[in-house]
Amino acid sequence: MHFKARAGEKLRDTRLQQALAKAQGKFVHTRAEAILELENFEAYRDAAASIRDRVIRDLDLYLEQFEKNASARGAVVHWAETAQDVNRIVCEIAELHGVRKAVKSKSMVSEECALNEALEAAGVEVVETDLGEYILQLAHEPPSHIVAPVVHKTKDEVSDLFEQKHKKPRKTGIPELCREAREVLRPHFLSADMGISGANFLIAETGSTLIVTNEGNGRLVTTMPRVHVAITGIEKVVPTLEDIATLLRLLPRSATGQAITNYVSINTGIKSRDDSDGPEHFHIVLVDAGRTKLLGGVMQSMLRCIRCGACMNHCPVYQNIGGHAYGWVYPGPMGSVLTPVYAGLENALDLPNASTFCGECAVVCPVKIPLPDLMRNLREQQTEQGLRSWQERLALKIWAWTALHPGIYAALSRIAARILKGMAGGGKLLHYLPGGHGWTDGRDLPAPEGRTFRELYRERRR
Amino acid sequence: MRVGLFVTCLVDLMRPRIGFAALQLLEAAGYEVIVPDAQTCCGQPGYNSGDRSPAKALALKVLREFAGCDYVVAPSGSCAGMIREHYPRLFQDEPQQLEKISELAQRTYELTDFLVNVAKLQNVLGSFHGSITYHDSCSGLRELGVKNQPRQLLAKTPGLQLKEMRDCETCCGFGGTFSVKFGDISTRMADNKCNAIQASGAAAVVLGDLGCMLNIEGRLRRRGDNKTRVLHVAEILAGEEGT
Repeated sequence: MHFKARAGEKLRDTRLQQALAKAQGKFVHTRAEAILELENFEAYRDAAASIRDRVIRDLDLYLEQFEKNASARGAVVHWAETAQDVNRIVCEIAELHGVRKAVKSKSMVSEECALNEALEAAGVEVVETDLGEYILQLAHEPPSHIVAPVVHKTKDEVSDLFEQKHKKPRKTGIPELCREAREVLRPHFLSADMGISGANFLIAETGSTLIVTNEGNGRLVTTMPRVHVAITGIEKVVPTLEDIATLLRLLPRSATGQAITNYVSINTGIKSRDDSDGPEHFHIVLVDAGRTKLLGGVMQSMLRCIRCGACMNHCPVYQNIGGHAYGWVYPGPMGSVLTPVYAGLENALDLPNASTFCGECAVVCPVKIPLPDLMRNLREQQTEQGLRSWQERLALKIWAWTALHPGIYAALSRIAARILKGMAGGGKLLHYLPGGHGWTDGRDLPAPEGRTFRELYRERRR
Repeated sequence: MRVGLFVTCLVDLMRPRIGFAALQLLEAAGYEVIVPDAQTCCGQPGYNSGDRSPAKALALKVLREFAGCDYVVAPSGSCAGMIREHYPRLFQDEPQQLEKISELAQRTYELTDFLVNVAKLQNVLGSFHGSITYHDSCSGLRELGVKNQPRQLLAKTPGLQLKEMRDCETCCGFGGTFSVKFGDISTRMADNKCNAIQASGAAAVVLGDLGCMLNIEGRLRRRGDNKTRVLHVAEILAGEEGT
């Protein structure tokens, strides 16, 4: 199914619409309040964008520095060129350490790779422990948001799902539902052989991975099992802890409107003799999966992305259709750029076009990614590669030719003004327009006044 | 000083009276206004559909036609934004053209922005007896910073009462060809806008862009609201609509 068909379905899904309406208010307003706490929010955005640009410019150097420092602390760094490589590497790690069960905290990169399926095929039980991801694992659904993966579900749907899957009396309150999830998940943390996490940042100067979470599951996943695997994109590296301090002022505020998340976990190396907890083995999988293709090109600024989700939270298209309509891991404006770039331009023709270019995504982006410009560039690539429909190309050709021939353009405008007015009868509205059902299915077209401005202007001047 | 009125293709075809309202306001502000007769479109449909070449050709056409004007003013944030923000990008690799295009960009203004910040207009011509709510169109707001300018002018309009709606800065769903390509999403966005307009209790929604006007009016009428008026800010300021 294509974007358009899915979006239409989502518009008609009343439960989804309820969930989206609620989420939108929360995300937009809490962020607006949170950024007010920073008097110089714009200066932070500039600083954050420049940190990210600095990293991207010398990505190889920072990655080498990261590998050297991580290795010095006993971690093993793996390089995965493709999504398949990620799955192979993680399955090999699981086999090496005799892993039967893995607990996982949220990782969108692992969604890019469909890692859970690969591990399950290799005989490893995988348990998602982020509450949202856990709900989705029970429901066999993909996330619809990169920060709040289950934002598309209402509380009632979760109550039904828990009752059915946990076979316990139905709970209706959020605290009771959370408690039940905790009780189910706790034994898994204790019995897992491996913990899989993502990483919001990699810190080059210390060789650490950093995750921001609110539920505490991330800390359990990264410290309790004897093996910890952190998977993240190569672009997530940041030079210093000082730089992290800047980025952390923006990430939680932009994402959830928090000054800081409940947990900020920095994982450096393996458990030492003096540590009371921590993994005996720490593997860090650094993923390319299309990222290096962006280096040095027009899409490079997309690599600044710190995955806060503000662009989708503020996108009026996303707000009305939710994340599943976008068809891949990343929804909203950032997904409309990343999906065609990573999964192929021809596989996501609608996405770069599914924007009014209202520009709000670029306004809220904490690292100043010019998302509308990137989407426009993808539209240009579609045109250059002949991927637009012949009808659209023909319409554009006709429009361009007439617009460049003012006499003919003026004559056609005069005719159109009269015909459209005539079609409205005596009224001021057209209820139907041949070939224009995209407009008239949901709206009337206000009729023109009947004569063009330039026609009238010329008359008045006489 | 000489102002070239960039009428915009939608005003020319659909709402000539808005063009005349703009003309009157500019003349009242003391400018000599010329209207180049061969003007057509700013090129945005091509540019935003991923085809730069017609957009560039049209940019050069606009450059030629408005060469003799000290300022270029459009009753549209979208078209003014195209000229001001996007024309220079079209020629960023052509230094010879870029200089002239950038100069054109810098002397191009959205109507209310021009009236407030350049013309420093003290009094408006019209009056309006009733309440209005203002929709901030995206390009004007985010590309040109048009936010207080129309409100400042509306505040000078006798009889007019402004009732701000919730989410006045949220896109109405027009988006040019988006409104036809993704008609159902666009309609839903227009619906949200209509809800906000109606909840404000204002008798009219006022805005500064034709695309949004047609979209919002089209949806209001389809929903059966034949009462809420949809007016361009120039119509109110020039007094074409009066009471």
